[in-house]
Amino acid sequence: MIGGLFIYNHKGEVLISRVYRDDIGRNAVDAFRVNVIHARQQVRSPVTNIARTSFFHIKRSNIWLACVTKQNVNAGLVFEFLNKMVEVMQSYFGKISEDNIKNNFVLIYELLDEILDFGYPQNADTSILKTFITQTGIKAQVTKEEQSQITSQVTGQISWRREGIKYRRNELFLDVLENVNLLMSPQGQVLSAHVAGRIVMKSYLSGMPECKFGINDKLVLDKSGRSDDPSKVSATGKASIAIDDCTFHQCVRLSKFETEHSISFIPPDGEYELMRYRTTKDISLPFRVIPLVREVGRTKMEVKVVIKSNFKPSLLAQKIEVRIPTPLNTSGVQVICMKGKAKYKASENAIVWKLKRMGGMKESQISAEIELLPSDKKKWSRPPISMNFEVPFAPSGLKVRYLKVFEPKLNYSDHDVIKWVRYIGRSGLYETRC
Amino acid sequence: MTDSKYFTTTKKGEIFELKNELNSDKKEKKKEAVKKVIASMTVGKDVSALFPDVVNCMQTDNLELKKLVYLYLMNYAKSQPDMAIMAVNTFVKDCEDTNPLIRALAVRTMGCIRVDKITEYLCEPLRKCLKDEDPYVRKTAAVCVAKLHDINAQLVEDQGFLDQLRELLSDSNPMVVANAVAALSEISDTSPSPAAQMEMNQQTINKLLAALNECTEWGQIFILDALSNYVPKDDREAQSICERVTPRLAHSNAGVVLSAVKVLMKGMEYVGMESEFVTTLQKKLAPPLVTLLSSEPEVQYVALRNINLIVQKRPDILKHEMKVFFVKYNDPIYVKLEKLDIMIRLATQENIAQVLAELKEYATEVDVDFVRKSVRAIGRCAIKVEQAAERCVSTLLDLIQTKVNYVVQEAIVVIKDIFRKYPNKYESIISTLCENLESLDEPDARASMIWIVGEYAERIDNADELLESFLEGFHDESTQVQLQLLTAIVKLFLKKPTETQELVQQVLSLATQDSDNPDLRDRGYIYWRLLSTDPAAAKEVVLAEKPLISSETDRLEPTLLDELICYIASLASVYHKPPSAFVEGQALVVRKTQLPVRSASGEPGATGATESPVPQQAQPVQQQQSVIPSHDTAMGDLLGDLLSMDLNPPQQQMSMTPAPQQDMGGMDLLGGGLDSLLGGPSPVAGMPASQASMGGGLGDILGLGISSTTYVPPKQVWLPAPKAKGLEVSGTFSIRQNVRYMDLTLKNNAMAPMGDFAIQFNKNSFGLSPASALQVPSPLSPGQTADVTLPLGTNGPVQKMDPLMNLQVAMKNNIDVFYFSCLIPIHLLFTEDGQMGSASDRKVFLATWKDIPDSNEVQKEIANPNQLDPKGISDKLQQSFIFTIAQRNVDGRDMLYQSLKLTNGIWVLAELKIQPRSPTMTLSLKTRALDVIPQVQQAYELIIANM
Repeated sequence: MIGGLFIYNHKGEVLISRVYRDDIGRNAVDAFRVNVIHARQQVRSPVTNIARTSFFHIKRSNIWLACVTKQNVNAGLVFEFLNKMVEVMQSYFGKISEDNIKNNFVLIYELLDEILDFGYPQNADTSILKTFITQTGIKAQVTKEEQSQITSQVTGQISWRREGIKYRRNELFLDVLENVNLLMSPQGQVLSAHVAGRIVMKSYLSGMPECKFGINDKLVLDKSGRSDDPSKVSATGKASIAIDDCTFHQCVRLSKFETEHSISFIPPDGEYELMRYRTTKDISLPFRVIPLVREVGRTKMEVKVVIKSNFKPSLLAQKIEVRIPTPLNTSGVQVICMKGKAKYKASENAIVWKLKRMGGMKESQISAEIELLPSDKKKWSRPPISMNFEVPFAPSGLKVRYLKVFEPKLNYSDHDVIKWVRYIGRSGLYETRC
Repeated sequence: MTDSKYFTTTKKGEIFELKNELNSDKKEKKKEAVKKVIASMTVGKDVSALFPDVVNCMQTDNLELKKLVYLYLMNYAKSQPDMAIMAVNTFVKDCEDTNPLIRALAVRTMGCIRVDKITEYLCEPLRKCLKDEDPYVRKTAAVCVAKLHDINAQLVEDQGFLDQLRELLSDSNPMVVANAVAALSEISDTSPSPAAQMEMNQQTINKLLAALNECTEWGQIFILDALSNYVPKDDREAQSICERVTPRLAHSNAGVVLSAVKVLMKGMEYVGMESEFVTTLQKKLAPPLVTLLSSEPEVQYVALRNINLIVQKRPDILKHEMKVFFVKYNDPIYVKLEKLDIMIRLATQENIAQVLAELKEYATEVDVDFVRKSVRAIGRCAIKVEQAAERCVSTLLDLIQTKVNYVVQEAIVVIKDIFRKYPNKYESIISTLCENLESLDEPDARASMIWIVGEYAERIDNADELLESFLEGFHDESTQVQLQLLTAIVKLFLKKPTETQELVQQVLSLATQDSDNPDLRDRGYIYWRLLSTDPAAAKEVVLAEKPLISSETDRLEPTLLDELICYIASLASVYHKPPSAFVEGQALVVRKTQLPVRSASGEPGATGATESPVPQQAQPVQQQQSVIPSHDTAMGDLLGDLLSMDLNPPQQQMSMTPAPQQDMGGMDLLGGGLDSLLGGPSPVAGMPASQASMGGGLGDILGLGISSTTYVPPKQVWLPAPKAKGLEVSGTFSIRQNVRYMDLTLKNNAMAPMGDFAIQFNKNSFGLSPASALQVPSPLSPGQTADVTLPLGTNGPVQKMDPLMNLQVAMKNNIDVFYFSCLIPIHLLFTEDGQMGSASDRKVFLATWKDIPDSNEVQKEIANPNQLDPKGISDKLQQSFIFTIAQRNVDGRDMLYQSLKLTNGIWVLAELKIQPRSPTMTLSLKTRALDVIPQVQQAYELIIANM
């Protein structure tokens, strides 16, 4: 298993070093610094083998996190653990930065001691960790009941929720957050498109509530035999969507999903990600980008980009940004656009066109003249035009059908719970080649 | 409160200051000081001098401070083992604390303090904690067993911790089960001892599958990884395991998904090939694999490396998912390169148009490696999908027009392969290629271009000029290019003999006379001779029709692929190498990582002709091998003879000259070689009999009555004199009075006296090492012989050797250090306590025999030349520590049941079937360590034949 974990700053100085196994020596710390952080050529793999020692690393805002091992460990587990480690640290002290790590090094050692035992990851759920690893230091005089409550939560079957939570108002918020990804050819042909969606839930519920969640997934609806209800089809446009694949938070009973296609769970308290999913079929693309690039001689280029919004006129898209890359040898740019603001940013080699909002079924355009310095360098590789936006609907067509809450032990029913649902569609990689 | 200030102090006298603060009365100050110490420790400063002061802070009810002190202890206890003992009391006390968090903390930390003395004290608290009422303590204790095993494996086995750990597999708490599984898996991975192996039966599997649904994400990974090592009894069991693992594919942790994929990929091998179950399962596998591609780039990388394997093993799974492997503009480079690889593997006639359009796009990117690989990919597509070849070629031509240097070179290399695959189809583009001749500066590209010119010399008008231009800088070229140039010009000559005679002369002389590269010279000579003796034959050889290259290049070898499938998700699957290639000390442990034998309908044409960059090399080289070497050696011998004749005419110097020794050495070397081939001493001229009887006689005379006169093989020459500047070493192994000896004869064949002898062994399979220094009468004057015995121990460093019994020895004297190797006869390692149970109590033997799976039984006919009766055989074998446990008579045949034990604790059980008046007997051996079986068989034969 994992033999050691090191954290470095961008200069390669060690901030945290925790060794779990004998086969990892102090020289491993230096080996990674010399061969990866200070390597002359940027390292081309997140896994590096130096003298029969394997290093797994991730880099988060100037900070390197590396796991070391000499064994044939589960590589998926190691990277998932590193990401989890980052998540835990963030929830304790915010941004991962050199200062924050130095300020909390005692806490980090304490966390490492708890969540990685002899290189085996242990329960790393922040809500539970926070009950007994605190920044102020735990009071030694906790009662016996409290102690056993902590340990039973750490090891328990419902390790993500503690018992005895009480709210005056039982409330829950569901956010359907989708990232729509697109790669389009200059001719307007969709090369690849998919939606990566997440359902984030904020639950403020008392006790140990049992939840059941329903969406308009084709598979689920077919199973329950309700999809042939014609009234529903007309109401939402399309009755059900085809989800390619989905993954769930560990609270969801996977075996039940496999057999009955029902999503049932006892939720963690507060905010967490209930589900992730991916769809590729029948995606409604909110925008279409039509590029036109013309090279006029060796020193001039003309670019015209039209964007068309493709959703209900009653809805408004926000935070729209179109990024048109320019060649490295650009000497000057003149931009004309009817709406929004456009600027040439030399440091980013791009024209950035921003629109605050745009209604559905509209069209807008920008044109630019780019002057180039004559250069004999090899041809410009024409990176794709990318776009950012936010729309108030789910491009995949996903709809939340119900979320039922049952808490048999406490006297509140499903009707008493206040539920909020919100849909947000954002751009992922939304690119059009030009 | 900020802690970063602790990182900044670097004053002198700091340690002293810290010491004072640590001994301060104020709690806060103490804590601050310990924090400073930890900070210094982190950045690599040596603060071990503060050990006693820090340990003094351990007795505190402040948990945070306690944890810090423990952290310090884990780091420095090893360097101060005596001081570490001071901490033991606190640990033991903490293990009894009412707070389960403190109990767990104590047992967790204690396991991390790798000091022998502490481990003794650890046993009792650990035993208690394994049965603690609190699951948190139990799960911590489970991991602690693995820690202890790492420090002292024997102790863990002796104290019965393994059984306690196995009991935890049925614990009510899933996390305890998961940690117990993790610990047991690690122990059985690292320990060669059969007792430590993790026995998996249906019952445990069911327990694990039940715990799978309830434990944490990490626990699920431990369990899935353990499950993947289980071999299901039949396809129904395999199917039910698969069914219960499938829901894990929807887990959000990529590690869980990948481990589940591993279990399923292995499981499918056990369910019939064509079954419907496999088809549906394959369909279920695709979506989760694709989903992995939306995780963090590092996880994507691991997933892609695994998908690469999966696509090779079961191409159907992802055949419709080509699009998801399209490269995104801002993917990290390592993700891009892997995606490219998978795209080519998935390319088919249906999707080739899309793939090509993508590849062409990639070929204009900035990253040189990526662009090169994209160009290469286009070539591979052409070779793989015949219908697309034309489009690929035109795409490549477009790319050549860009004149980007590395793109052109890469394109030319792949076009050569396309020519090899589709001869006489695309030669029209040669002229375009020739235009770029100047810009080629990489050996690969130059060699490919030259090959093309040579191969199609008849269609290129100025082929001779082109090749001549290369010839100018012949000696500056790399070997690859030189060889190509030589062949190409010979081809040209055979095709257009009239104009190119001068050119061919020139290249042949360059290759044969002015080059010191033997490959080049040899090929030059071969061509020269061919051309001068039989031009028709030359034509047949050089211009022979070449086999087409296969379409599936750079696939992994099927056996390696199968092995790697068993390691999905692990590092091995990322490196695409078996773990033995990058993990140390895994050698002795044989893991069950084989996939079941596949039915014949498996992979179509997985292996094919290799794609050699020098395609036409194959034939001439083969010829070369059959003609030249024999000639050469004959010459050499003759020369050698002549020389030695010339050098040693005077008779009186004979004793001093190296010649006779050399002969001797040669003979001995041959003998030794033969012996080692046979794996034991060959019966040389009655020697063994006399020696053995001598040994026996001695034993009798001394009247020791100890039946330890094991069979002693005759001495062999291990180190011939010419190899060791005149020192000749011959030797053998023996056991006398339960002590193992290496018996050596040292002979000084040099002219000067020798002294300062010393001996050392390399690590070997059974940890054999010299138990005392080598005692040689010194000096050893010229011509003198000395017999030396060297007592041996068996506790030296262990490393599995190949061959198993090989022992590498270094011997030093005042002249130099010499190295030789010899084979240890396995019976040297039989121990006197090799009697399993006793003659009266056969149950142990019987139970063990049944316990070892039948697959570990090996049968062999061995000779019984003297047609000894069972009693004789039994007595004989007993002298060599092979003990007879029981004797039976079945259908007129005698059956002997025997046991023996090796010094490293491996038991071997035997059944010997003796047919009266037959020169052969049947020997069945059963053991958990199959490696030793051939040696034990030989030992039987030798002992029976020679005593």
